[in-house]
Amino acid sequence: MSAAAPLLEVSELKVSFETEDGTVRAVDGVSFSVRAGEVVAIVGESGSGKSVTAMTLMGLTRGPNARFEGTATFEGRDLVSAPEDELRRIRGGDIAMVFQDPMSSLDPVYRIGAQIVEQIRAHDPEISKAAALDRAVELMERVGVPNARARLRSYPHEFSGGMRQRVMIAMALSCSPKLLIADEPTTALDVTIQAQILEELRQLRSETGAGIILVTHDLGVVADVADRVVVMYAGRVVEQGTLEELFYDPQHPYTWGLLGSITRVDSDRSKRLPAIPGTPPSLLRPPQGCHFRPRCPHAFEKCTEVPPLSAGIPAAPDHLDRCWLEPERKRKLRVVDGRIGLGKTSMSGKTSLSSLASSPGGELAGDP
Amino acid sequence: MAGVLIAISIVTFLLFAAIPGGNPANRLAGRLADPEEIHLIDVKYGFDKPIYVQYVKTMKNIFTGQAYSYQQGFNVLTEIEAGAPATFSLALGAGIIWLLTSIAVGTLAAIRAGKYTDRVLTVLAMTGVSMPPFFLGAVLIYFVGYKLNFLPIGNFVPISHSPWEWFKHLLMPWFTLSVLFIGFYSRVLRSTILDTINEDYVRTARAKGLSERQVLFRHILRNSLIPIMSLWGLDLAQVIGGGAILTETVYNLHGIGQLAATAIASLDIITLMAIVLLTAFFVVFLSALTDILYAFLDPRIRLS
Repeated sequence: MSAAAPLLEVSELKVSFETEDGTVRAVDGVSFSVRAGEVVAIVGESGSGKSVTAMTLMGLTRGPNARFEGTATFEGRDLVSAPEDELRRIRGGDIAMVFQDPMSSLDPVYRIGAQIVEQIRAHDPEISKAAALDRAVELMERVGVPNARARLRSYPHEFSGGMRQRVMIAMALSCSPKLLIADEPTTALDVTIQAQILEELRQLRSETGAGIILVTHDLGVVADVADRVVVMYAGRVVEQGTLEELFYDPQHPYTWGLLGSITRVDSDRSKRLPAIPGTPPSLLRPPQGCHFRPRCPHAFEKCTEVPPLSAGIPAAPDHLDRCWLEPERKRKLRVVDGRIGLGKTSMSGKTSLSSLASSPGGELAGDP
Repeated sequence: MAGVLIAISIVTFLLFAAIPGGNPANRLAGRLADPEEIHLIDVKYGFDKPIYVQYVKTMKNIFTGQAYSYQQGFNVLTEIEAGAPATFSLALGAGIIWLLTSIAVGTLAAIRAGKYTDRVLTVLAMTGVSMPPFFLGAVLIYFVGYKLNFLPIGNFVPISHSPWEWFKHLLMPWFTLSVLFIGFYSRVLRSTILDTINEDYVRTARAKGLSERQVLFRHILRNSLIPIMSLWGLDLAQVIGGGAILTETVYNLHGIGQLAATAIASLDIITLMAIVLLTAFFVVFLSALTDILYAFLDPRIRLS
């Protein structure tokens, strides 16, 4: 993943929905890129626009009330403006998606096998039913479903949540996608299953070299599998960089808050878990300037203007953040704040990152 | 199942016993009869016996085919048998028409929800629901049958006589009866589809790269038809059991429904008991059949 052209380049993506109460700017100028073989995590609270961003890439947010701006270039094609027909061929083929709730994401009235075969045949009308079924067996075995051929005859309700999510992943893999979008793939699952599903994703990346976009609010999951992280807040990217940059040298006060509100194996249990005060703003009437301003303890006059997404540290040109504070001042405030999840002592080693990953409740406080 | 039928028959019987003037003896005796005569009739037919004795006797007669109408003297079962072909023809034809039409109308309204087509269909559906069959029937008979002379007016021709005549004679009754159900069913289907569209598995279907047509027919419609099918089973059962009283009477089809209408008008308890039992039987039978169909449509309720 060096200088190769990115697989997906999202640039200034804006998505808004017309509602009875006015225009909701769900995504407000989001830019990021994904290279082949890379896992990019999009992190944020509920309503930060992370899922809308992911679904827009698949054309799933299109509708009479949706407005789009910007581009999302995938192999030379713009996904935002692509005609529905072209997009349909890409969907489930070159770009596949795994959804949050495996319990309701499979059609209850069809057998598992039929649902996988349906996708294979949608992208390869020539393939025979028997061949598609063989391929389905192969896929199910690959994602670790035991007794795959027999299980293909089961209905979704006969499967557990974890098994269903495996089926969803098998389905997503059926046409060897170049990009996999996983929208909170582990949120509805219990912790041991979470770990197994994440392992599947990791393996998948190394076996197929596909790029993965992982949408999540679970920083534990992020620390576990992501190469790069995009932090979203109220429809905007507030910070993005590599996993190490984000966890060891976070630049945006919101990211500090996120990292500070994680439970950790080595944290002091007698203390109250810190949380970011306040609630995310309404996307109908977002605050002027920086969207995080009303909740930011370090806001000053300049924050009524929208800060640009820019690199503050010369040594890390790809580590971008959207904050007016000077990098020097940030470093001081961050220490004084004492809120950062990874304090000075733990910043030296990678152990803390893995301890974070294995902690069961590695979720943002205040997010369901 | 048998329990339901027994309960229904008891309630019906008691209801008739409680109606003022329900005692058939008064009718049999005529308007100028003196109490003596009425008493003689009471004794002859057993109306002086306790009500449960009368009930048991009536039921026995019905099930042994010995039930004769007090008023008209005919064998009730023979009459029902005679009316059955007309009623069955009406019910099955109309049932198929209203099911298929309402699936088409409901689907169209749902995928055009909020648009012009949807609004027009909503108005039509409401008109259909509130259109009494006797009115629509009369209008059709006058214009299509009498003025334009397109179709024969009323009466029933058995399919064994002439399939073409059978079809022509039933076309207007089918339509009249269907209109009522199409309005209701298409509304139900429309709202079920609009609920189903928001299901996660429909989003999955789109994400798989299926065409809109495939998403609609394989996933949305297949799941939305489940509630409609159970409604259909019960409504069809009612019509088969003689429930389409108005339609049958308007078109003079001489079916079970029309027989029921005459029986009600003359408080003909034996005939009515038999028809009520027949209707109840079909409702119970078809709802059991619908349950089986239901399991076929929805694997979640299938027995393992």
